[in-house]
Amino acid sequence: MKLEIITPEKTIYSGEVEMVQLPGIDGLFAILNNHAPMIAALGKGRVKIRRGEKKIEFFEISGGILEVLKNKVLVLAE
Amino acid sequence: MPSLKEVRTRIDSVNSTKQITSAMKMVSASKLRRAQNAILTMRPYAAKLQELMQNITATLEGSAEDKYAEVRPAQKILLVPVTSNRGLCGAFNANVTRATTKLIQEKFKEQYDNGNLKLFCVGKKGEEFFRNRKYPVIGFETDVFDHLTFLSVVPLAQQFMDLFESKTYDRIYFVYNQFKNAGTQVLIHEQFLPIELPDIKEENKWQSTEYIFEPGQEEILEELIPKTLKTQVYKVLLDSFASEHGARMIAMHKATDNATELLKALKLSYNKARQAAITKEILEIVGGANALDR
Repeated sequence: MKLEIITPEKTIYSGEVEMVQLPGIDGLFAILNNHAPMIAALGKGRVKIRRGEKKIEFFEISGGILEVLKNKVLVLAE
Repeated sequence: MPSLKEVRTRIDSVNSTKQITSAMKMVSASKLRRAQNAILTMRPYAAKLQELMQNITATLEGSAEDKYAEVRPAQKILLVPVTSNRGLCGAFNANVTRATTKLIQEKFKEQYDNGNLKLFCVGKKGEEFFRNRKYPVIGFETDVFDHLTFLSVVPLAQQFMDLFESKTYDRIYFVYNQFKNAGTQVLIHEQFLPIELPDIKEENKWQSTEYIFEPGQEEILEELIPKTLKTQVYKVLLDSFASEHGARMIAMHKATDNATELLKALKLSYNKARQAAITKEILEIVGGANALDR
């Protein structure tokens, strides 16, 4: 699935990922391939991205909105 | 005919002015490019926010309500004219101040007469203008343009949102130059608060995708609306910033052109004066020689 993390100023991340873990308002949750369409509010915390074996990246966000649609994950971070 | 020395001093002074104006033009051009890039990168973000907003209000049971969307009778008005901190940018600031005073006189005359209209100036020029004319300026912000980022705009946006939420003001408007391209700015005023939620017609409802909402639509909307508002303030300031530099670039370009014209004319009169001086000298020598011969 494709992941994009954007802020009003720049695109922080854009690319194919296997898994993304996000800080939801009510706690952490993860999104895998072919997730159903979803809109979620995010809290302050750390976004964890996994691409293939052992390729893990982290990004700090202080809140945002998440949209999953047609195997594309979009994070509007702040 | 001005003397040689006079013309020479004049040429020097015009030359140095020209150097300054062309340098200012370069600086503005590079700042304009930066601002333009920022506008371009912000656009997809703003568009997505708008789309999500529509999606949520479309699927929401009943009509959407929010503290920032509450429409109260327009009694207490806050106008926010966005100007620049520096001059030398053509009619840029004059346009904003003129439009603001016009707005006050035509649309908000009643509130102004009752003392219920206040101004919050962004940019030094607007603040000076309105203070000198004894308009009720409740505050001003001048530092935000020094380093214009989304995060530096958030406190300002929050301030407006708090003022609206606490019912200090019923309407908040921005008056600013919208950026079209480097040569044109369009002066507009737009309502900032209360926010107008997208109105979804029944027939469009079924078109929107079935989303899972986490935690719930209301909570997401609560998150989404402040974000949209902050993005809007950021957009307004970016637009104004880009317009300012566009306007300054054009103004300085014209000034440089004028200086070049002026220099041409001055050079001509300098050469004329020089020629006249030489002719006079030759005449004197010839006259002197003729007197000796006699």
